[in-house]
Amino acid sequence: MTDTYKPIIRNGLWKNNPALVQLLGLCPLLAVSNTVINGLGLGVATILTLVASNGIISLCRHHIPDEARLPVFVLIIASIVTVIELSMSAWFHELYLILGIFIPLIVTNCAITGRAEAFAARNPVGPAIVDGLMMGIGFTAVLVLLGALREVIGQGTLFSEAHLMFGEMARHFTIIVIDDYRGFLMALLPPGAFIGLGLIVALKNVIDARQAKKVARNNATLTTTLAENQSI
Amino acid sequence: MNALQRHILSIGFMLAAFAIAASSVVVVTEQATRQKIIDNERQALLSALNILIPTQQYNNDILADTIEIAGKQQLATTKSTKVYRARLDGQAIAAVFTSIAPDGYSGKIKLLVGVYKNGDLSGVRVISHKETPGLGDKIDDRKSDWIKAFTGLSLNKPAIEQWRVKKDGGQFDQFTGATVTPRAVIKAVKNALLYFKTHQNELFAPHNEQTP
Repeated sequence: MTDTYKPIIRNGLWKNNPALVQLLGLCPLLAVSNTVINGLGLGVATILTLVASNGIISLCRHHIPDEARLPVFVLIIASIVTVIELSMSAWFHELYLILGIFIPLIVTNCAITGRAEAFAARNPVGPAIVDGLMMGIGFTAVLVLLGALREVIGQGTLFSEAHLMFGEMARHFTIIVIDDYRGFLMALLPPGAFIGLGLIVALKNVIDARQAKKVARNNATLTTTLAENQSI
Repeated sequence: MNALQRHILSIGFMLAAFAIAASSVVVVTEQATRQKIIDNERQALLSALNILIPTQQYNNDILADTIEIAGKQQLATTKSTKVYRARLDGQAIAAVFTSIAPDGYSGKIKLLVGVYKNGDLSGVRVISHKETPGLGDKIDDRKSDWIKAFTGLSLNKPAIEQWRVKKDGGQFDQFTGATVTPRAVIKAVKNALLYFKTHQNELFAPHNEQTP
């Protein structure tokens, strides 16, 4: 792990997380995060697209005219999404039946254009692909967390319908967290998504603030010790 | 032509080149996957039909032996709907309707309704719907067994006035918090049965005699 990749990984997963900090791609994020499995489905489809689009845009970056870069990005991303959708339908039809509904949603995910513009168009292929992967994983983590939150509050379960994604053997993956739960509809509907995401963003800010305070305190002690040492 | 015009023109050419390249990739992929996708969809439809009518009960090509019925209020659609016919050695066994319940809680609910020749339901399945997750979506057989209760029922079992949810004085369960959805499905299934009862002979007319 060289020093080029460390900040990319940190940015994608935490510091500049596409869903929590950049607040990009909210449309698909809020629409399909009502269960863990749905969130995971959209997340996996987004990772695939993000890695492919970052890689290709980085490869072509010297040929893309600066003034017309956005239409070119949109062209490339839309083609990638279409190619992924068609190939999945042809060769992984079972998976397509589950993820298929999520793939068109990815075209509306501005996190992908955002990464193309902010990173892939300015960096070599390697870092661009890592950036796509890490941003994708960061986005997926938030989707799964939000999905879990909404699923537990909304219907009292976790991993329901896991067999849609992992096959029949996954049928018993479902965890009934609260027995005989009557359900809380708002968590499953769009308002629940907004409130849930708000809570997660708030939690991240609290953690960051604590960490900043800790670092500041450490620095302060360090300076005082240094100062004391010097005076001695 | 001055430098600016040349610059603009070259940008236009690059954009066009990218557009051509991107669409070529899509075209090639579409060509390469078309047949496979058609096969997959056929297979998916066939397995959906086989859940309603087990394969050992018929031996015709059920996907080809279809009849289009013109849009009827009874089947709640203005477009024509397809009916798949199952036969064993030429003898009519069952018909599978692609029916639509237009009055779901959020839009149309598409159903497959299988009816044996004697008027008994061989089964009902939801193909697509947009009902509320956690409430109305229990009509989906992947979420609950509610839809499987239709198997074996007919217009006489229960009596026709019992073809309602319990809340409306019928015999079918509604879901907690969602009555509209099961109400819509029950109505659509009942209508398919009524259509079957009155049009049985036309429905099983041989494939080549079908009227356009």
